[in-house]
Amino acid sequence: MTPDFIHPDLLPALPEMVMLAMACLVLVVDLFLPQEKRGFTLLLSVATLILAIAAVIAVTPTTSYVTFGGSFVLDQLAVVLKIAVCGIGILVFVYSRDYLIDHDIYRGEYYVLGLFATLGMMVMISAQSFLLVYLGLELLSLSLYAMVAFNRNSLIASESAMKYFVLGAMASGLLLYGISIFYGVTGTLDLNEVADSVALQLAQNPVALGFALTFIVVGLAFKLGAVPFHMWLPDIYQGAPTSVTLFIGTAPKIAGFAMAIRLLVDGLGDLQLDWSLMLTALAIASLAIGNVIAIAQTNFKRMLAYSTISHVGFILLGLLAGTPGGYAAAMFYTITYAITAAVAFGVLIMLNRKGFEAENIADLSGLNDSNPWYAALLALAMFSMAGAPPLVGFYAKLVVLQAVIRVDMIWLAIVAVLFSVIGLFYYLRIIKVMYFDPPAAEQQTTIKEALDVRVLLGANSLSLIALGMFPSTLMAYCVLAFS
Amino acid sequence: MLSFAIWTPIVGGILVLFSGDREPGGARKIALVFSLLTFLVTIPLYTQFDTDTHMMQFVERHSWVDVFDIEYYLGIDGISLPLILLTSFTTVIVVIAGWEIIQYRVSQYMAAFLIMEGFMIGTFSALDAILFYIFFEAMLIPMFLVIGIWGGANRIYATLKFFLYTFIGSVLMLVALIYMYTQAGSFAILDFHFLPLSLTEQVLIFLAFLVAFAVKVPMWPVHTWLPDAHVEAPTGGSVILAAIMLKIGGYGFLRFSLPITPAASAELDWLIITMSLVAVVYIGFVALVQRDMKKLIAYSSIAHMGFATLGFFVVFRIMNSGYGDSGAGLALEGGMVQMVSHGFISGALFLCVGVMYDRMHSREIADYGGVVNTMPVFAAFMVFFAMANAGLPGTSGFVGEFMVILASFKASFWIAFLAATTLVLGAAYTLWMIKRVVFGAVANDNVAALADVNKREFLFLAILAFAVLLLGLWPDPLVEVMHPTIDNLLDHIADPKL
Repeated sequence: MTPDFIHPDLLPALPEMVMLAMACLVLVVDLFLPQEKRGFTLLLSVATLILAIAAVIAVTPTTSYVTFGGSFVLDQLAVVLKIAVCGIGILVFVYSRDYLIDHDIYRGEYYVLGLFATLGMMVMISAQSFLLVYLGLELLSLSLYAMVAFNRNSLIASESAMKYFVLGAMASGLLLYGISIFYGVTGTLDLNEVADSVALQLAQNPVALGFALTFIVVGLAFKLGAVPFHMWLPDIYQGAPTSVTLFIGTAPKIAGFAMAIRLLVDGLGDLQLDWSLMLTALAIASLAIGNVIAIAQTNFKRMLAYSTISHVGFILLGLLAGTPGGYAAAMFYTITYAITAAVAFGVLIMLNRKGFEAENIADLSGLNDSNPWYAALLALAMFSMAGAPPLVGFYAKLVVLQAVIRVDMIWLAIVAVLFSVIGLFYYLRIIKVMYFDPPAAEQQTTIKEALDVRVLLGANSLSLIALGMFPSTLMAYCVLAFS
Repeated sequence: MLSFAIWTPIVGGILVLFSGDREPGGARKIALVFSLLTFLVTIPLYTQFDTDTHMMQFVERHSWVDVFDIEYYLGIDGISLPLILLTSFTTVIVVIAGWEIIQYRVSQYMAAFLIMEGFMIGTFSALDAILFYIFFEAMLIPMFLVIGIWGGANRIYATLKFFLYTFIGSVLMLVALIYMYTQAGSFAILDFHFLPLSLTEQVLIFLAFLVAFAVKVPMWPVHTWLPDAHVEAPTGGSVILAAIMLKIGGYGFLRFSLPITPAASAELDWLIITMSLVAVVYIGFVALVQRDMKKLIAYSSIAHMGFATLGFFVVFRIMNSGYGDSGAGLALEGGMVQMVSHGFISGALFLCVGVMYDRMHSREIADYGGVVNTMPVFAAFMVFFAMANAGLPGTSGFVGEFMVILASFKASFWIAFLAATTLVLGAAYTLWMIKRVVFGAVANDNVAALADVNKREFLFLAILAFAVLLLGLWPDPLVEVMHPTIDNLLDHIADPKL
């Protein structure tokens, strides 16, 4: 008797396989490169990401396509999010080059770890079973822990990495605990089967399901950085090298969103009433704490960390609406937020020079005098984050609010807009520092960046206007992903 | 057509921005060309305007964000046309007024005003609620920068206050707009006009609009940002603020509050009438004691805009009093005329203060005295504009106030009585300032050394004086344009659409 072995269809996982193979290749090639040829590693890494994007586009299915025994799915959602993750990865790699050179940490491992983290995110995005979600998450997290500690001579970075590792491991443990209870109740790890089983078990086992759900939501909230599980975020943002903060602050948000969709919507959709309530509490707390505490920050990276927390609140608002429109809104919000954050950190990273770490808000003073172009780009990012039209941030807020109002939670929409007015203050303060304050002594030099960085950062920023003027296309993709 | 009016200045602004500061003269010239071009583009809007219909004209309607039914939907009627002309006219004046005065970052200054002009024209012509909101908010950004970069000593406080105040008002409006979208299935403002809403819904939506527009007008008690913003803003910023931005609040009442929530407006008209009368009387007294000329004019603006809002919301009482639509139409038209006229007069007064400030670097009334001896031509202009501000017959200031007071009599004697106190108060604070600043003996050496207006200053003051006089003696062209629209609006609000 021969064992039944069904050969899985590997094609949908082509992008991941490309990533994995190329990441290993980069790792090996980098070993043989002298320091002055390090640029080749960067080139190869960017090529990997471009290849991955091409592979995603090549295998784009017309309907959702499941393989590996139901644990891996390639659908419209996965396609859009993977392209976004890889695209942002390219921005991150290019922006961080000069920073890494200036801080003597221009090593191939940065790119290899980044590629593995991206691979982890892609796995998360396509995961259709608890196991694969966890696998992707851990691949991402372990790469990030190492990246935070990348500058080994920096005390504060090591401290951050330690903190991140301990807290992250705990959160993973909580998530795993929730998964194990679900496995106990439903007897399966496949999210589709979990969904079917939960529908049946809902009446018999409400306590166990609610208990397990709580752990899943806590784990998710930690990874997304929602209040009250946000404590790691400001410390990590501040302590990590800015190039790593740039990475942590952008792409993983998209992966976190994917994880929330896969777990809560695909797997536990029948518990929507329960998790909506939990997410409501998390969202309000995140909006409140994020926006209010950001006002008190003097460190730009910390301020952006709290700003991230408040934006996570908005993403949760879209999710908790529990409608396809709400998920699409949250997706739009997440992607555009990642693009906007890339601009903000991108400009900050440009300000760094050898021996000078720009991270305080005061370091930005008078930027309009020394570098009007970069000041304008950062101003765009700030206004977009504040939700001022015609930038894309306004649109993101609009669609989320609309989803919330559609399910008759007008009070929640009012809470959200009032907190975003509070948030407006600290974004305006950045503008004020750049445009109205006299220049700081260190800030007198003009930034001279390589052409590729300038072009990419400019295009990145102008996309905030372009997406704000013509949000239809991206929005249509988001809507399509949930129809 | 309307798109040209919106995008010409914005494109011009971007060009000016990229022309850089190395050649400030070039930036000025490009800015002037584009502002004149925009003014020329808006003139056909008036000449080809059909005064026999209340329908939207020059309509442009394209699908924009089709996923959410947001359209690029433009059109104007008799309410928006005068305000668009006022905008394009004032921007030309502002560009000329900032010609030599602004030496710091000229291109950014000129670009800010041109881009702002595009956004303001957009606000007045948008017929899609989200498009309106986008323009409404977007214009704050250049104004924020104008006050913050070229403003006075306390500019940062003032500009943050300005931005936060207006933003907090408008976010509630955004929630109301989205709510109506979920009910109506479209963001078109004209669809909202015919959307049936229960009284509770209407009241809540009305209050959301009230916060947004009352801050913008500004009405007492949310007016406190205005004196700060006006005092700290550069002259051009003050002119645009007073002449156009405040009008957007009044325009919002006419375009949104009255037609969308007529039942709530009728129910809560006492609130607006009270707020307007407090603005007229109390703020009038506050203006009387100001020592800073710009602050005085700012408070006078609040009082005069109180007239406009009074005219808009007194209509329900007039209609119920049995005088019928003619009195109500008078009130609405009076409010509109008052807004346009205030645009000219307050703009002119801020320019006058600017002319003196450029020479003396002081806005304190006490630092002046006897200016007429050294600047006779200028003094003539300033006295003329002050008279117009006080409502002298023959100037545009008289027409609007007179219409509103006349209409108010049909509603209630006391409303009219309190409104009419402005004729005394307005005269008192304006003329007292004139007496202290312009007349009397030469106060000090600085005043003695003053030089009279140059050609550039003479030019813009003369143009404004002509406009004020024209509108005062012959307001018909303005009133005719808005007549069918106002009549239609009155018919519309008579139906509470519950």
